[in-house]
Amino acid sequence: MSWKEEWRRVRAVALKDLTSERRSRAGLNAVTFLGVLVLMLFGFALGPDAEALREAAAGAIWLAILFSGVLAFNRSYQLELDGGALEPLLLYPGARWAVFAGKLLANLAFVFLVELIVIPVALVLFHVSIADGWMAQISVTVLGTVGFVTLGTFYAAMSSRSRSREVLLPLLLFPMMIPVLLGAVEASSSLLAGDVMQEAGAWIRMLIAFDITFLAAAVAAFEYVIEV
Amino acid sequence: MGVSVDRLVAARVTAPRDPTPWIGVLGIVVLVAAQVYGVISSPPDRDMGHLQKIMYVHVPAAWNAMLAFLVVALASLRYLWKGRPADDLLAASAAEVGALLTGLTLALGMIWGKPTWGVWWTWEPRLTSTAVLFFMFVAYLILRSFVDDFERRAQWSAVVGLLGALNVPIVYMSVRWWRTLHQLQSSPMTLDSSYTWPLRVNAVAVMLLMAFAIVHRYRTAVTEYTADELADHAALRGEGNRV
Repeated sequence: MSWKEEWRRVRAVALKDLTSERRSRAGLNAVTFLGVLVLMLFGFALGPDAEALREAAAGAIWLAILFSGVLAFNRSYQLELDGGALEPLLLYPGARWAVFAGKLLANLAFVFLVELIVIPVALVLFHVSIADGWMAQISVTVLGTVGFVTLGTFYAAMSSRSRSREVLLPLLLFPMMIPVLLGAVEASSSLLAGDVMQEAGAWIRMLIAFDITFLAAAVAAFEYVIEV
Repeated sequence: MGVSVDRLVAARVTAPRDPTPWIGVLGIVVLVAAQVYGVISSPPDRDMGHLQKIMYVHVPAAWNAMLAFLVVALASLRYLWKGRPADDLLAASAAEVGALLTGLTLALGMIWGKPTWGVWWTWEPRLTSTAVLFFMFVAYLILRSFVDDFERRAQWSAVVGLLGALNVPIVYMSVRWWRTLHQLQSSPMTLDSSYTWPLRVNAVAVMLLMAFAIVHRYRTAVTEYTADELADHAALRGEGNRV
């Protein structure tokens, strides 16, 4: 099996998931709307004081992404389980990790699309300006999202096939997400404040280490999770 | 009673005497001695007074919880490698005891923290990472309770246990940075030598009790598993209703 062939499988799985999502669009609309709703709720909970909102912005954005994004991952297997299509998918020749990588790419695209709406809305609602250092902000967002979606896609392979999947996935996922949440929120807040303490770099390195560790672990362990 | 269960009972009766209870008895004896030793030998702390004695359970519980987590990780790794059911049962037993010990650590830490720091809870790095560890143990146990098929449960929880173990150092580092970059929390555990020996002996006592709990839980789980297997075999031979 050459890398080129595996890449074709990865792309095929990703395109299949994205196509079914594009045709229904139900998931994307609902999840995006939920993300915006969570932001509104944070606004109400924290009060209308502009300064308080600005300070809490990074945390609110990440919690909105976590709470809405977690609903997307079970869906990524649910459609196939309902149609009895997961087993045939696994019976195709080729490595199992290609299925995981394809789903990971599709979920990444999905969550990035959600963020494309949710983050600008948050910037407006919380009176935040990212004129300076927007490149660094985007890289923090991408790194945090990769860590979140990697573990989300991985754990959903289990939770979507067990009882009480709606509650099981966040229970498994959120404790694991604490380094990502801390890293992304601290790096974002620090950058928003002008990074006077020069701490964003350390958090970004931590996020990179987290992403690499769990990408490798998830790709290696997916076989064990999906075969039973 | 079916033949198979008779055989199971016979196997249990003819097996050499199980030494596990003696580990438990030894653990309790050492624990009582260690507590008495701690209370008598160490003077009241200048700032904390006798409140400091909580340390003799709190710290051993925290150390041994880490040890339990290590057992979960190693047994999980071995299960994925060899696929023996016993390793999965060992990991589950260690996770149950580990969850208990992390819960105990947190509860005692809070009881100690209220009079010492003036608050029940503070986002101190070690306290916070212990809480994260507790949530990972609990999520692991909840996953097990939600999955019925044995092989699936074993395989999945082994993977979840390993990924959790992989995350422990990252969680600890990130929580420590998170706190120290903002404010410095002075550590109250600058220990005088009169406290270290009682602490060590207590740690050994808790370790013995933990070993007893894990081994006992493990043997129970193995017996249950064996009984299930025998019942399945009997059912396949058409003797199902006799078991």
